[in-house]
Amino acid sequence: MKESTFSAKVMHFFLSWALLFLVWLAFTSTLEIQEVLVGAATTMLVALFTLRFFDCCTFSFLAPGKLYNVIKYIIVFIIEMIKANFDVARRVISPSLPINPGIVKIRTKLKTNYAKMVLANSITLTPGTLSVDIVDDYIYIHWIDVKNTDPEQAFKDIAETFEKILLKIFE
Amino acid sequence: MNQILEILGLILIIIGSIFLFLGALGIYRMPDVYNRLQAGTKATTLGGMSLIIGVGLIQPDWFWKSLILVIFIALSNPISSHALARSAYKSKIKPFFKGKEEDLDAYKEVVERNENN
Amino acid sequence: MEAFKDITILVAFGFIILAMIFGFIRFIKGPTAADRTVAVDTLTTIGVGALVLLGYLYQRFIYLDVALVYGVLGFVGVLVIARYLEDAL
Repeated sequence: MKESTFSAKVMHFFLSWALLFLVWLAFTSTLEIQEVLVGAATTMLVALFTLRFFDCCTFSFLAPGKLYNVIKYIIVFIIEMIKANFDVARRVISPSLPINPGIVKIRTKLKTNYAKMVLANSITLTPGTLSVDIVDDYIYIHWIDVKNTDPEQAFKDIAETFEKILLKIFE
Repeated sequence: MNQILEILGLILIIIGSIFLFLGALGIYRMPDVYNRLQAGTKATTLGGMSLIIGVGLIQPDWFWKSLILVIFIALSNPISSHALARSAYKSKIKPFFKGKEEDLDAYKEVVERNENN
Repeated sequence: MEAFKDITILVAFGFIILAMIFGFIRFIKGPTAADRTVAVDTLTTIGVGALVLLGYLYQRFIYLDVALVYGVLGFVGVLVIARYLEDAL
């Protein structure tokens, strides 16, 4: 784990506190004073104890220039997800079970763990692919209908559209 | 307006329950654990999301809470399926394949790498 | 309209029950622990959906909270089992 300065630590603490508090408010969905106070105290304790795991992320993607890309990403993602579901449904229903599964690897240009996690989870919900493991720059993917085992070609088929937008958001 | 929302909600509920059923049928029919994860995760994620949003549309007071449930399902399902896929290959469950031998090259490579570390 | 609504929800429950049966068969048959965990994961999502629909049927808001907690617990449980299976626990 890399050394971070004190001010960065304080920043991360407040970010994770704010995030946890938002989750608390969403889950309890009430604004009564005792609930809010207990929530603030609990989430502060949790943020304190998990501080050393939360040195990853900032909210820089909420900057106005990047927000456009975030919205575009969500729309692309939802369309891909609906396509994925009809694809899976077609394979499950047809009596001959038309699958040709295998495991391929692709290389990603994304640098931070956070961005790689977003990419891997997006791959999981898109047609016919399931991310199995992330090792350094490589993502291993279970593909229900293998077309290419070559990493370059597989990357073009699976992850190119997502990575293009993610590069704009995170880098 | 209410009428339209209700009909839309009912349609979403039916679509959602059909996808939940297809996901379960998928984990019943598919030949190995990775394919089962594919069918199980994708179909049940969209199925659950559309069913819950449907209920939120019929019952507008519940919309906020159902939106939270939907966001939670969308975030948690891919993570748990990724963890399960990882645990499956680390406990050396061989993937089912019927094509060429080289479809498994990446699998062998990642297992070897895992053993060396 | 009311009759149409009732029939629709009944049909949805039919599909959900069928889904639970198929998931449960996979849970019984296995053959490996990972397969059973996949079945549990799927059954959790189906159960969350069923709870929300039941909440609508009985007009009880509290069922949504129950569904949320069930979803969180199922998620954490699956993660723990997955970590256990890969010998990291």
